Formats: sequence, structure tokens, C-alpha cells
Amino acid sequence: MTHEEGWHRLHPLSPAVGTSRIVLALVVVFAPTFASGGDGDFYSSLSHVLVPVALVGLAVVSWLVTRWRIEGANLRIETGLVRRSSQRFPLSQVQAIDTVRPGLARLFGLSELRLRMGGTGGAARLAYLPSKQAEELRLRLLSLSRGVHDETPQPQENVLVTVPVARVLGSLLFSGPTLVLLVYVVAFGVGAVLGSDATRAVTGSAAAILIGDAVALWRRFNRAYDATVATAPEGLRIRSGLVETTAETIPAGRVQAVQLVEPILWRPFGWCRVEVDVAGHVHDPSGEHRHGRRLRPALPVGTRAEAKLVLAHLVPDAPFPSRRPPRRARWKSPLRYRRLAFAFDDRYAVATTGRLARIESWVPLTKIQSLRRVEGPVQRRLGLATVHLDTAGKRVGTAFRDVDRDASLHDLERLSDLARGARRA
Amino acid sequence: MLRRVRHLEAAAGTLLAVVIAGVLAGLSSLTAGVIAVGCGLAAGVVADVVMQRRVGAWGYLEREDDLLVRRGLLVRRLSVVPYGRMQFIDVTAGPLERSFSLATLRLHTAAAETDARIPGLASEEAARLRDRLTELGEARAAGL
Repeated sequence: MTHEEGWHRLHPLSPAVGTSRIVLALVVVFAPTFASGGDGDFYSSLSHVLVPVALVGLAVVSWLVTRWRIEGANLRIETGLVRRSSQRFPLSQVQAIDTVRPGLARLFGLSELRLRMGGTGGAARLAYLPSKQAEELRLRLLSLSRGVHDETPQPQENVLVTVPVARVLGSLLFSGPTLVLLVYVVAFGVGAVLGSDATRAVTGSAAAILIGDAVALWRRFNRAYDATVATAPEGLRIRSGLVETTAETIPAGRVQAVQLVEPILWRPFGWCRVEVDVAGHVHDPSGEHRHGRRLRPALPVGTRAEAKLVLAHLVPDAPFPSRRPPRRARWKSPLRYRRLAFAFDDRYAVATTGRLARIESWVPLTKIQSLRRVEGPVQRRLGLATVHLDTAGKRVGTAFRDVDRDASLHDLERLSDLARGARRA
Repeated sequence: MLRRVRHLEAAAGTLLAVVIAGVLAGLSSLTAGVIAVGCGLAAGVVADVVMQRRVGAWGYLEREDDLLVRRGLLVRRLSVVPYGRMQFIDVTAGPLERSFSLATLRLHTAAAETDARIPGLASEEAARLRDRLTELGEARAAGL
């Protein structure tokens, strides 16, 4: 199969690592049946053994028929036994490259490489490669994506911020899932006072939620553990993880929008979160992106000074949100009013908003896809309008909310002129 | 032309609502049936008026570097889509639109939020606009 030049295979242990999680889950599910001497039915025990074996077998076949190589400025991945697929990923459209290392993969020194592509192209996955090869390939792909075809550059990094574990724990303590936990502890206490029937009701409803809560907490902890933001010639490097480690590379100029979030519970500590929005799907195996509009943060929890440092690299010399909506906007957005502010110059637009949390977001004018001016019925009565700045990113929505109607028309015109200029520069 | 399409749509919707409401209410008593039909008709008239007024709110303007699309009466929206940002354009025509030789043109950019849609264009105008926008888009295309 590899008679042609330059084809590579994934690491032979890939099938084992890839299926380990589900096989483990199956073992846990089926173990009780075996422990109790089986349910007597030979065929059902056989099927319990066969299912994991079949899964691994399929993974092995998929490994056998998968190969990849670099063709000029494209990454080509061929896979599939029955339905042969040959995918070509143009490296010039790479939005970000992630190196993901689940616990078991780390044991064997393996890494998964994920290329996030723009548009609906999805992501290219190479699971798994030896870590050293993955690192070399990452640098090579990144330099190819910039149109440099020479040798692989040397990795060099300049660490900006490392998040201490104590702060990660603190940030989790003052977060949504912990609050839910607290509510249940209180409910439990009340139930205990009221008697056994009430306790049973609480426990019954709590179990599923508590498990989900614990999983969410664990994921956040794992994601924020040892989080490091570093700058490298190839772009911003974001690393984190205790068991499963993730290292993202966001090349300069691929940032669609940046967001600084200060949750209300973190306010007393002066902590905040920095999130970076990149075009293309966020392929996240934990699937947290499905739960609401949460991005994987660049800086999961940092002090204001640290955030400023990271922001200085992401959106250097961005303007301060100095313009405020008129006072009458209080009637339209009573909770948000005190936070609303915005500004733009010839490179960036910035806006702040938020009812409880304070959210500040930046958009490079070169990334604006379209502008929208929306004027709702209440706004019209008050002579207000909102200007939305649409980008190819998925989550961060930047908008100049409730600005004066006439000013909004003027800003719309000015923004589209500046964005055009920025695109051409 | 779009006004006539909307009239027909409103009429069809009203007919459906009136028949269903009339039959369901009419099964219990005649007065209930009459009231239901009356309410259905009134709602239909209101919907028709709203739809007619909305037709007048649609508008688009081809500028040198971008396309402006305006719509809505209660919530007024104005979209600015630079030609260089357009990813693709589609022209659709439902059966009712087709019988009046009308079409709807939709612009797509890399941002999911972009909602630039122009309904009720004459087929030739839709085709002309599509070709023109594609041409301008190619000339000014910019990457992500």
C-alpha cells in the first residue's frame, strides 16, 4: 500500500489508544454480570466479550487503511476500507493546530494532531503520532501554511503566563457547577430535616445532575490545570491539562475575535478569563462547546495584569472603549447600561457589555464579514440602534449596543470604510 | 408582484386556519364555529396587512464596494455586506414565486449571522444581480 513516495502511517498503537475509553466503559458496564457468574446464558456472555473485540478489530482495520502525506501545500489523508476517502486539506487555510494527548496516549508517548480548517471544511485529525514526530510535523505544517517551504524551524517559546493550581481551584470554587452543588447540599440538608421521603426525592433527582456536574468540574479543572500562554514565532501557544493535555497553536492573523470575561463571582479576586475565537469548528472531544456559548479559554483564569499581557499580544494597541451610549439607553438595557461602551480605530473595534459578568470583546477590522444595524421597537422609540459586527468566529458576538440612532448610521458608514481599508492594507 | 404573492400566502394561511378552527369549534356548537371562523378571518386580515407593509420595507442598494440590504418594520435591520466577503449567493424560487416569475436572492459570508436576503426579485433581475455580485466578489475576494 505504501509503494508510492512519502506516505506515512499512524502509530501502530493508535487503535488501542483510540478505543481504550469505550472499551473501558464497556468493561465497567459488563463486569458486574461476569462477577456474579454471568446470567447463565452463554451467548449473552459471548456477546459481551465480542463487542469490545469487534470494536478494537474495526479500529485496527481503520488504522491499516489510513495513511497520510504532505503534497506540496496540502495535507492528504486517505482512509476507509469500503468507502475509500481521500481528503486534501489546503494548509493555507489552516486556522489553528492543536496537539491533544489523552492520558493513555501520554503513557505511550503519542499525540494527536488536529488541524482546524476555515469554513465548513471541518478538521483534519491525525491520531496518533509519536509525540516527537507530531511536534516536528506541527512546525512544518505551520511554516507551510505561511507559504514557507524550507526546513522545519526550531521551536522557541516565550512564556507569558502560567496559571498556578491554587487559582484554578479557587476559580472552580466560584463557578456555576459549584453553585449547583451547593444548592443540592442545601436541598439535602432541608430534606434530612423534613424526613426520609423528602431526602429520597432530592437524591433521586440529584444523582444525574450531580454526576454531570462533577464531570463538568473535572473537565474545567483538567483544562485549566497548568495553563500556559506563550508566544512563539509561529503564533500564540496555549497549553494546559493534567491527564489529557492540549496544546493549541493559533497563528498570528487567524484570530477572529478576542473576549475578556469577568464573572461576577471572580470580581472580588480580580480574576478574569481570556477567550480567543477562531474560524472553523471547534473539535472538542469533551463536547463542552455544545453546552452553551463557551469557548476554550486562552487564559482560563488570570489576574488583570496577566490578561493585559496576553491581550497585548492578541490585539496590540487596541483602543480603549471610551464612547458610551446616551443615558436614555438605561430604559432599554437597565442591567447592562453601566457596562455598555465601545470604540473603534482603523485596526480594531472594541465593545463592552454584560448584565452580571463584564464582557469586553475585540474584533480586528480585517475580520469583519458583514455589518448589521438593528433597530427594535423599543430602541426606535428611544432613538437608539445596535450595530453588530459579524465575524467568521463561532461564539464571540461583538456589538455596539444601544447607541444613538444618528451616530449609529455614521459609525456604520465609517466602520465599513475602515474595514475596507484594513482589508486592502 | 411580491405583494400579490404575499396576498395569496396570507389567503392560503387564513383559509387553512379558518377551516381547521371552524371545523373543530363547529363540532361543539354552531356559535363557537362562527366565532372561530370570525377570529380566523380577522387574524388573517391583520396578518395580510402586516405582510403587505413589510413588503414595502424591503430594499437593497448596490454600492461601489458593498451591498446594502434593508428590511423589517417593527425591527428594522440594515445589513452591509462587502462584495469581497461574499462566499456564495443562492437564488431560490418556490412554486408560488415561480408562477409570478419571482425569485429570492440570498448572500452568504463566512459569518453565520449575516442575514442578507432579498425576496421578490423579478427572475431576470435576480439573475442579473447574482452575476454582477459574483463578478464583483471575485474581483475583491479576501481570505478569512
